[in-house]
Amino acid sequence: MHLEDLAEKAAEYRAEEAAVRREVRVCVAASCQSSGSLPVLEALTQACGDGGGTCRVKGVGCMGLCSAGPLVAVADKDCGLADSVLYRDVTPADASDIIGSVCGAPVERLRCPTDQPFFARQQKVVLENSGVIDPDSFKGYVAVGGYAALVQALSEMTPADVLREVTASGLRGRGGGGYPTGLKWSTVAKMPAAQKYVICNADEGDPGAFMDRAVLESDPHRVLEGMAIAAYAIGANKAYVYVRAEYPLAVERLQTAIRKAKRAGFLGTKVADTQFAFDVEIRLGAGAFVCGEETALMASIEGLRGQPRPRPPYPAESGLWGCPTLINNVESFANIAPIIRNGGDWFAGIGTEKSKGTKVFALAGKIQNTGLIEVPMGTSLRDIIETIGGGIPDGKAFKAVQTGGPSGGCIPEQHLDIAVDYDSLKTLGTMMGSGGMIVMDETSCMVDVARYFMEFCMTESCGKCIPCRAGTQQMHGLLDKIAKGQGAHADLALLEELCEVVQATSLCGLGQTAPNPVLSTLRYFRDEYEEKLAGG
Amino acid sequence: MAQPATIPNVRVVTLRIDDRDLSAREDETIIEVCRENRIPIPSLCHLDGLSVWGGCRLCMVELEGQSRLYAACSTRVAEGMRIQTNTERLQRYRRTIIELLFAERNHVCSVCVSNGHCELQWLAQKCGVDHVRIPYRQVAYPVDSSHEMFRLDHNRCILCTRCVRVCDEIEGAHTWDVMSRGSDCRIISDMAQPWGDSDTCTSCGKCVQVCPTGALVKQGTSVGEMVKDQHFLPILARRRHLQ
Repeated sequence: MHLEDLAEKAAEYRAEEAAVRREVRVCVAASCQSSGSLPVLEALTQACGDGGGTCRVKGVGCMGLCSAGPLVAVADKDCGLADSVLYRDVTPADASDIIGSVCGAPVERLRCPTDQPFFARQQKVVLENSGVIDPDSFKGYVAVGGYAALVQALSEMTPADVLREVTASGLRGRGGGGYPTGLKWSTVAKMPAAQKYVICNADEGDPGAFMDRAVLESDPHRVLEGMAIAAYAIGANKAYVYVRAEYPLAVERLQTAIRKAKRAGFLGTKVADTQFAFDVEIRLGAGAFVCGEETALMASIEGLRGQPRPRPPYPAESGLWGCPTLINNVESFANIAPIIRNGGDWFAGIGTEKSKGTKVFALAGKIQNTGLIEVPMGTSLRDIIETIGGGIPDGKAFKAVQTGGPSGGCIPEQHLDIAVDYDSLKTLGTMMGSGGMIVMDETSCMVDVARYFMEFCMTESCGKCIPCRAGTQQMHGLLDKIAKGQGAHADLALLEELCEVVQATSLCGLGQTAPNPVLSTLRYFRDEYEEKLAGG
Repeated sequence: MAQPATIPNVRVVTLRIDDRDLSAREDETIIEVCRENRIPIPSLCHLDGLSVWGGCRLCMVELEGQSRLYAACSTRVAEGMRIQTNTERLQRYRRTIIELLFAERNHVCSVCVSNGHCELQWLAQKCGVDHVRIPYRQVAYPVDSSHEMFRLDHNRCILCTRCVRVCDEIEGAHTWDVMSRGSDCRIISDMAQPWGDSDTCTSCGKCVQVCPTGALVKQGTSVGEMVKDQHFLPILARRRHLQ
């Protein structure tokens, strides 16, 4: 298949929609569904009727501002598609008003301004189709230029060309570690092996993080496309998506996407009519956080107990069933199609010197605009929290923001002006992680925060290595004692010592990073610990 | 003269461990080279003849030029490697890990059948653990005496999985496995049935011999009477690999 054939197809799909003058988009991602977007979708569909074929109601992916859900966007071709009208907190009773409104006279009482910083300050690369296309529609994805990058890679580029573009882009792994994606791909590509695998890690388990879920629920084909390009580049023909079973909607949409892509010839034995064969299978996680660690994840796919093994050998050398394996996170794969379409240099033009591109963050906790945002790397934390996030609700004061989930740390007020990238966060004693940001206000107790994350690590420890298994439990016990005001100075000293040992000696990332929340709260809020010690 | 059918294509490297210059095959791990040269490295999960586990973290060593530590049992040697096996920092970490083990379950040496013949006890003595600063959890664990010859005492188990590996890799029965996670982990026979009801157990006793503590012992032993013999393992393992 040539790019022209695909462009023709895309034009054909767009032409099918030509009669539709007005498109009503209802968010059907998990966040809006939980605030009741499905009844809204139904009511709107009913109110629209057949609309003479000129009005269409469709479910779309996440629009970002989850706190205002259910969100509905109305795009009128007569007014110019670019300025669609966004409605917030829509109920089924509002359906007739929305359908009845005419172009230029929106329903003001439900209106959610789209010129506010939350929308205006974002730059969408990964989420470009999110909230615009129907995630269940293959045609919808192709119509907006989907699969063009795959066809371009297969028909006009050699695997080495693809590797060059990805390396040039400077993309770093979005799962948290920030390992250069191009380097990882080249390493697997260089391995001389008949059988290689690609794995997409969608076992997103950090509390308060929902970036990967949103991408899979809103634009699943984009992830498949990225994986297919990766497989072509490294010489694999089989891939797995490891999704946690707690994301049933994401799994369902992914299944639909795989089925439709297969039918359309973008997966299977002859991808896009070339000799390249590529097959994707879904594997469900059974609820263990540690299975997000790559070696544990692979053990789980193999049907073994989900626990990590020592590295090296790294998966690039010996991964799934001993074969070289490329394992990347959902968001990393979601960045691939635009990189191939626009070139690595375009991507490298976004972001900071060492962290390129954009990053999706999930804003949660004590913040006005909870939801999903995508900003260029290097955006300051203050911008993210105060401008885009709308600051702290109820007139409370900001205290800290936790990034990187249970592996990360918190950042206090005095460091809010730092430009967010992999390295700047590291110097602050935290990490990028997969992109969860939990904002805390003045009422949050930092010892409680540390205890919460330690409890999480304790219950999620696989139990294989002693420092993590017994150490997290002891640290939790000490934190609990201190939080209850029963701790002594010796307990705090022991806690710090255990942090050091567990960090230095644990087998995998879970244990090595489990002390981070404690260490970072101790670094910035030591007084809160000391206040709680018995006898002052 | 007869030549071996295949000469393994393995290079020999030189390295320095604790200021001693040594040579090693490049497919050897640090712990193997240390044992060969009688450099003591503490470990509770590693055993010559069984697969690498990397769970006890006692064999962590320092590599020159690297800030992180490496487990000697799962790290291959390399040309020019400079290794420190017994720095003050490593000694401190090892003591803490052993303390964590003592605090985790109920290792009461004075009434244990393995008293005096226990690897955990030896290591504690060697590493200078004279008291435990970490609070004891004091959770009572069950004892499985259903097997006619052997006994499993979860109170003494450190979850090193030597029993699981020897049963699977050497005996080929795979009676043992680990269930649950975190500190709820526990060794189980078959589908968490009493050991005596196990259909797969061949009563070979290998698991008992490789167990470093008094968790797996012979029935009818009293305090300090359980002496273990692991000499069979390297021999059997070598034969298995030759097959």
